[in-house]
Amino acid sequence: MTDLSQTGAIAGAVVPPGPPRPGLRARRRRTLLLLRIVVLAVLGAFFLFPLLALLEFSTRGVGEDSPRTLDAWGRIVTDSTLIPAIVSSLQLAVITSVVAMVLMVPTMIWVRLRLPRVSRVVEFLCLLPLTIPAVVLVVGLVPIYAWVRYLTRTDSILTLSYAYVVLVLPFVYRSLDNGLSAIDVRTLAEAARSLGADWFTVITRVVIPNMAQAVLNAALLCVALVMGEFTIASLYNYVNLQVAIAQAGLADANMSMAVSLASLMFAFVLLLGLSFVGRWRRRHGKAAA
Amino acid sequence: MSSVTGQRSGVEVRLEELRRTYGAVTALDGLDLTLHPGELVALLGPSGCGKTTALRLLAGLEDADGGRVVVAGLDVTRVPTNKRDMGMVFQAYSLFPHMTARQNVEFGLRLRKQDGARRKKRAEEMLELVGLTAQIDRYAHQMSGGQQQRVALARALAIQPTVLLLDEPLSALDAKVRAQLRDEIRRVQLGVGITTLFVTHDQEEALAIADRVGVMRAGRLEQLGPPTEVYAHPQTPFVAEFVGLNNKLAATVDDGEAEVLGQRIPLVDKSFRPGAAMALIRPEAVKVLSEDADEGVVATVLASSFLGAISRLTLDVGGAGHVIAQLSTADALEHPAGSAVRVRVRPDPVLVTPVD
Repeated sequence: MTDLSQTGAIAGAVVPPGPPRPGLRARRRRTLLLLRIVVLAVLGAFFLFPLLALLEFSTRGVGEDSPRTLDAWGRIVTDSTLIPAIVSSLQLAVITSVVAMVLMVPTMIWVRLRLPRVSRVVEFLCLLPLTIPAVVLVVGLVPIYAWVRYLTRTDSILTLSYAYVVLVLPFVYRSLDNGLSAIDVRTLAEAARSLGADWFTVITRVVIPNMAQAVLNAALLCVALVMGEFTIASLYNYVNLQVAIAQAGLADANMSMAVSLASLMFAFVLLLGLSFVGRWRRRHGKAAA
Repeated sequence: MSSVTGQRSGVEVRLEELRRTYGAVTALDGLDLTLHPGELVALLGPSGCGKTTALRLLAGLEDADGGRVVVAGLDVTRVPTNKRDMGMVFQAYSLFPHMTARQNVEFGLRLRKQDGARRKKRAEEMLELVGLTAQIDRYAHQMSGGQQQRVALARALAIQPTVLLLDEPLSALDAKVRAQLRDEIRRVQLGVGITTLFVTHDQEEALAIADRVGVMRAGRLEQLGPPTEVYAHPQTPFVAEFVGLNNKLAATVDDGEAEVLGQRIPLVDKSFRPGAAMALIRPEAVKVLSEDADEGVVATVLASSFLGAISRLTLDVGGAGHVIAQLSTADALEHPAGSAVRVRVRPDPVLVTPVD
């Protein structure tokens, strides 16, 4: 045991540790900051290098010593299959987001407020698509799509939105569930009811505005997922953005890389915009900090 | 309890034989309660006694399994919450986070299709009533807990409800803010003259502001009466022990009286069976006399607790054990720790309980 007689304490006594000295605190702060920078740098490099590689490949000229060129990027807008594929993917993204929100937002609010006993069942059903591989999903949806094509009399790529709504369910569920958990839905609903609101008003004017960030998160997740979906579209022989990229890669690798990078940056900008919207809402008092 | 001033208005509210069960648990067991027009009734009791259930049935937030809720002569038992025209303030902060204080107060008025100018004027009046004009354009997260509850009160009153319901509105606040807001609520309630049901587990709150206090236990009312009566004349041991402090002293019951500390005192419940019992005596009913007094039993002062204007003395009364006496600090100073005194009990009717 440490001899504390020099400090005037009884030798052998155990002295509890006091607060760290100011110099030690500053050193710890510097160490933590350095650690944060190193972790961010390593992770940043992990994500950035593949993007840089895509950029490098997509700007290569023809021939060994040829200069860098943006020709591949220019070919994006002139390719006859790529633009329709981009438009189709964007349309699918919008339709899937809207249908998923219209389906899930009122359902989850209603379950939270009035049917808490079925919440576990809803959670199970919504998370189920995560456990089913896309190939299995496609095989299972074949008879469904036979009926879809028969009833809608169309073979449009937009019918993929039915499958995509199922595919995005787990992500939409989680996002909306987090949003509902962050607010005291029950008290807000009861307060609104006591003031004379009917259930429609409670949902549209009280609950949804307070989970707007969660709804936005869920919608943008839908967009990112649909824009990046390949397997289902490919197996159903539809040409969406990712299928078009894969096909372009067989004939024009540079352009294929350019489109891949552009779609990744698009998703990145979307999600970055999401975080800025959230920050703006908090700064302007629209949401609690 | 504050003295009641101002004109009484408001409506009568009757809870008749209300019953509510949750599975095997009976939350309300035939509750009968009448609120007179304009009065504030506080329901007091421990957790699980049914007081919040009673309030929620009155509000229509839950359905009764039996009994009736009658407001101004109309049976509203099956009327949905949004049609009952009642204002409610909740324990949890219930302001709508996406609206300012003004917008929160205007919410109910907007539902009633009041025009913009009237809504604005009413919201400003209500926020001025609760002293929050300066916070009118702030959001909930920009206000303190006390300010949020004031806005909630303004919002509940803005719609001119027939009944005001307060579900432990002060529980989430710190002690100083709680005391201030408690008085504020009472001031506003008296000024408006609205019939009010106030639910709390804090006896100080209930005794301070209510016209009548209802002490609940296991889904039933144990006692209902003015705060002074409930405190000074508890009708059951539960009420005596829940409201205020009590000494439990060994007593012998015989012929409708109890012998406690050498005195014979009449019983509240004269049918209590003769024999050994425990008498419940309030600290302020214990009189401390000087050692040379010619009445009372001998005791020694063990300790003194200073509480401001009053003090509490812990006394050793020999065979009767320890007794706590409450007296003015000026009197307590005459009997420091270690001094010998004499103790007697005020001869008011006393409650007794069986020996544990």
